[in-house]
Amino acid sequence: MNTKQLLVILIVILGIVVFSSALYGAPANNSAGTASARMLANTCAGCHGTRGSSVGPASPTIAGISYDYFIETMEAYQSGERPSTIMTRIAKGYNEKEIELMAGYFSKQSFVRLPQEHDGNAARRGKKLHKKYCDKCHEEGGRSAEDDAGILAGQWEPYLRFTLEDFTSGKRPMEKKKKIRINKLDKTHGKAGIDDLVHFYASQQ
Amino acid sequence: MANINRRHFLALTGTALAGAVLGFPMVSFGAGKKVVIVGGGVGGSTCAKYLRLMDASIEVTLIEPKKTYFTCFMSNEVISGGRDIKTIQFGYEGLRKHGIKVIHDLAVNIDPVAKKVVTGGGKSLIYDACVVAPGIDFRWDAIEGYSPRVAETLPHAWQAGTQTALLRDQINAMRDGGTVIIAAPQNPFRCPPGPYERASQIAWYLKNHKPKSKILILDPKPKFSKMGLFTAGWERYFGYKSANSMIEWIGEKDGGEVTRVNAKQMYAFATSKYKGDVINVIPPQKAGKIAFIADLVDEDNGWCPVNHASFESSRHKDIYVIGDATIAAPMPKSGYAANSQAKVCAAAVVAKLNGESAPIPSYVNTCYSLITPNDGISVAMVYRLGAKGKIQKVKGAGGLTPKNASDAMRKREVTYAYSWFKNITHDTFY
Ligand SMILES: Cc1cc2nc3c(=O)[nH]c(=O)nc-3n(C[C@H](O)[C@H](O)[C@H](O)COP(=O)(O)OP(=O)(O)OC[C@H]3O[C@@H](n4cnc5c(N)ncnc54)[C@H](O)[C@@H]3O)c2cc1C
Repeated sequence: MNTKQLLVILIVILGIVVFSSALYGAPANNSAGTASARMLANTCAGCHGTRGSSVGPASPTIAGISYDYFIETMEAYQSGERPSTIMTRIAKGYNEKEIELMAGYFSKQSFVRLPQEHDGNAARRGKKLHKKYCDKCHEEGGRSAEDDAGILAGQWEPYLRFTLEDFTSGKRPMEKKKKIRINKLDKTHGKAGIDDLVHFYASQQ
Repeated sequence: MANINRRHFLALTGTALAGAVLGFPMVSFGAGKKVVIVGGGVGGSTCAKYLRLMDASIEVTLIEPKKTYFTCFMSNEVISGGRDIKTIQFGYEGLRKHGIKVIHDLAVNIDPVAKKVVTGGGKSLIYDACVVAPGIDFRWDAIEGYSPRVAETLPHAWQAGTQTALLRDQINAMRDGGTVIIAAPQNPFRCPPGPYERASQIAWYLKNHKPKSKILILDPKPKFSKMGLFTAGWERYFGYKSANSMIEWIGEKDGGEVTRVNAKQMYAFATSKYKGDVINVIPPQKAGKIAFIADLVDEDNGWCPVNHASFESSRHKDIYVIGDATIAAPMPKSGYAANSQAKVCAAAVVAKLNGESAPIPSYVNTCYSLITPNDGISVAMVYRLGAKGKIQKVKGAGGLTPKNASDAMRKREVTYAYSWFKNITHDTFY
């Protein structure tokens, strides 16, 4: 490479740099626009952990969540269709665009799993129940967020219990297929079955 | 040019390209980006961490005298004996892992012209941006007979640590049938629901261990945070409003403002004189001392005015103030608010050091209070920057635990309160 070629390359790069500065240095300093995805997502970290991975003991990890499931969930909190302690109040603080941005952010983060206490025997029984009743939608032992399924593997145990309680008690509506499966699980295996399932998910690393 | 060898050139272009791809404009090529943070509590520590997460090229120095920080949140549970004080204790190793330089020293002056922070240990630290997060100081002169020395007998326990342990031990040693006086402060103050959560927690302890005892809250205010939920809880558990209620609240209209204490004879003087076996004096408050020294305070009210988009001081350029010391109403002086403001501030500082304008902010707060170990309540709010450049509540959002929430939901709030505690301390210190 001679000096002249070097110079040309440098000028091109500087051009890119200046151009990107212009782009990113753009508007702001007004209240009208929408905050960035990261700015919005930072507000969640106090309860859901830095970058959406909760360190427990109950608030769920939202890192790695499916984009659509995040949006659906926030909308269900806003309307009150999904019961909650505080999310029904918090979700109303964000508009559609903001929720989409947060969905984009959290769906791209990776779910950090931490060890949780669990009963190994219960977890083994739970694994079978998972295969039979849940794996069709919550694939890969509940690790997958495909098809807008919530990630269950490694999710915090109290949260899983609360959620299952809300489903089985009818407080949280379910789509038809899910309802059939959960009701069948509940009817056949009762509280012990739910307990086993929870141990299985809690055991996942 | 001829002096640039090929390797250097590639390294240079690599960085520039990475910058361009990531969208960080490299305007300040080679220029130092130094941020000095004063105060390693919730606000300062969160800001230090997020500055490094947002732009690892920034050199961050945190000045904090204490090697161990005790959170005020969950300290009421320590006072009522339900929690080991070790669980509210945090060190600074986590922040050091983010490449933050932590200096255990006291900032004694900030020179906004020379842009440097001077410490008690004789260090002089040059900054491009300085973030001040000193928390609160007490208006010691507001209550006659009260002073830092008297606080060793009549604890405030409003800065956690030895004060928390002292109040815990006093309540633990108190005879059954004794009276605990809580002198609550005038607005605005750190943690608006705090005195009333404290009363609930102490009442729970007394109910189980010293049931003949009483709690007297002396208050200069006509009402207080989450009042309806607290008083309903007190009625349910502690006979509030009945002849033998464990808790009595004396507000403004009954002359509840404490103006004098006598530590020897254990009296608190409001309109009437009250005898206590334990007296917890929570004095009225103002911004931490360094904010006064550095001329960051509005003398009329004792708190720091800031630009709400960036938390840059309205009084001095390139100095930012976050947390309890600021005027950020309608955000309360809370740990979650300090954590949230710290991130907005960090983003504004990063933008500034990279030659950009402050990004559009978003802020949040949630404060949980535990009435009993199985009964939690909360207040939550999402905020945005309003048209006049002031923080505003998002309409229709947030609010209190609904009055008709079931026992099961209230119990869940306790679990989520603990989750908030674990996650926010992790988000702040690790
Ligand atoms: C009993 C009680 C319960 C609470 N419960 C909750 C709750 O449930 N939820 C919630 O959100 N909030 C709660 N809070 C409020 C919360 O603790 C504060 O709002 C929060 O700590 C404010 O953070 P800060 O960074 O402004 O101040 P602090 O956390 O107090 O940090 C200030 C730091 O600055 C340091 N400092 C001061 N001056 C200097 C100097 N000159 N040089 C160097 N360092 C200096 C101090 O040593 C201190 O470490 C509670 C408070 C109390 C008292």
